[in-house]
Amino acid sequence: MSGAAMAQARGQTPDYIIRGRCVVPGCVEGEALVTRDTISGWGGVSPMTGKIIESRHELNGVSFAGKVLVFPGAKGSSGWSSIFHMTRLAGTAPLALLFNVMTTKAALGAVVLRVPTLTDFDRDPLEIIRSGDLLRVDATQGQISGWRPMA
Amino acid sequence: MVKLTGREEAMLAGEEGAAVQKAMELLIRYADALGAEDFVETNNVAGVPGSAPPWIKQYYAADGGDYRAVFSRFDLDADEVVDIPRMNAFSCHLQGGMDPMLWREQGMSEAAFDNFRSDEQQVAEHGIQLLKTCTPYLAGNVPVMGEHCAWMESSAVIFCNSVIGGRTNCEGRESTSAAMLARRIPNWGFHRDEYRKGQHSVNVAVPVDDVFEWGMLGYFVGGEVQDTIPVIEGAIAAPSLIRHKHFGAAAASSGGVEMYHMVGITPEAPGVEAAFGGARRGETFRYDAAARRRTYETLNSVGQCEDVDYVMLGCPHYSIEQIAHAASLIEGRKVHSNSALWIFTSRSVKALADANGHTETLRKAGALLMTDTCSAISQAVPEGTRVAALDSAKQVHYLPAMMGIEGWYGTTADCIDAACSGKWRGRLA
Repeated sequence: MSGAAMAQARGQTPDYIIRGRCVVPGCVEGEALVTRDTISGWGGVSPMTGKIIESRHELNGVSFAGKVLVFPGAKGSSGWSSIFHMTRLAGTAPLALLFNVMTTKAALGAVVLRVPTLTDFDRDPLEIIRSGDLLRVDATQGQISGWRPMA
Repeated sequence: MVKLTGREEAMLAGEEGAAVQKAMELLIRYADALGAEDFVETNNVAGVPGSAPPWIKQYYAADGGDYRAVFSRFDLDADEVVDIPRMNAFSCHLQGGMDPMLWREQGMSEAAFDNFRSDEQQVAEHGIQLLKTCTPYLAGNVPVMGEHCAWMESSAVIFCNSVIGGRTNCEGRESTSAAMLARRIPNWGFHRDEYRKGQHSVNVAVPVDDVFEWGMLGYFVGGEVQDTIPVIEGAIAAPSLIRHKHFGAAAASSGGVEMYHMVGITPEAPGVEAAFGGARRGETFRYDAAARRRTYETLNSVGQCEDVDYVMLGCPHYSIEQIAHAASLIEGRKVHSNSALWIFTSRSVKALADANGHTETLRKAGALLMTDTCSAISQAVPEGTRVAALDSAKQVHYLPAMMGIEGWYGTTADCIDAACSGKWRGRLA
């Protein structure tokens, strides 16, 4: 979505609102990147580029840098938090995290990323949010507001 | 918000120093993220504290780019650099980046080795034991049933929970480093009784009675149950430490299993009822001859060329029993001129292998016994490697994908034969 389209969309009533539990507080606005595949950190993400590199992942080759990453949960090596921590250093971190299944990997990763993060939703974000939607993630208030892209 | 004891309030207020204060701040953020109500005390922590390659240290150049800077800013995720004292908990360093002697053979640069040496000295000076292994339970850190631990390394976590009945979540670098200072970890997940109950059943219908079969069964189970807790019963026999080690590593890689029950075998599963603990029973999966063959084929799907130029054993790190076995298989033979054999273990087990003459037997055959790391962790394989043979389902899951090479899975004997002949002849019996 272009900056102008975002500005236009933002003035309108959101197309949907989802409530969840705050994992890491904060409030940001940005574009959604949605995947139904769980995400591996070590061996699954390149911290230098912010790209998913797991071979059979549906987002293989796609960067989450600056996006609101919407995913089911974390999997794989205990190096998950370290890899996402490195994306923060490299400037390739996601803007916010929305995930369904709480694990120690996802919790610690969100904490050291220091980005607004929510879980335990009243409705499944994977059913509602589409890649490219504009989201306002107000983790502090436990609320996501979403706008579909303008035609 | 997580509830704090008086002692934890005092740590947060800085009464035990700035580093412990920063550790508590991070652990509180982590506990609140999980939704934990309180902390458990732990005096058994295993992680990778403060070690960092030069490119990470570069990010902290303005803070001196040293161990203190990395530990403060990365490990404790603190906004300022503080002095890092000796750790307060029994603390262990897991696997690292290279062999301390054979790093040249692994293709490491002098600069990378200097960085490794300097980090290692800092780790020891901070009171952290240099186990340098993914198998702490074979190198001097054996938890007991009910002990609250804070461990990284998925294969060690599943072993601790399932085989020993110790209690740990799959922790990360930052949480383990903080726990080394604060001796606390969130009371969540596997620390709690209700989280340790079985969720799905696996019926084993073909005999699973050696390490190769246990590894395949683990890979199958992880693929079916993903990251839930399986209850396994049936034709599984002859449990041993190395069989559990390979089963758990495989299940943790293919699915993310952090705990399993084997009825009549693991300590929290004296019977099926106890393993499920009254919880709802989910699906039932069956491991029969067809499933076994499918698993074997999946594990060998990245193998095409039968000219093997590298054989790697020791994932997870080999026990002394496995090294002795490999040495007996290769005694009097030679690694083929077109191939190489590297075996990985911990430093303490290598000392035993040295004393028993196994290291020398391997050396005479042209094989190398290495410590600290493995080919996946260090991304080090012999130069020009295109086809690897492995006796670990976990390693065949990771190494070919990471290095862009082919990989075969077979028995230890298949692998030793491949190293000596340069040819893969493994078949499913």
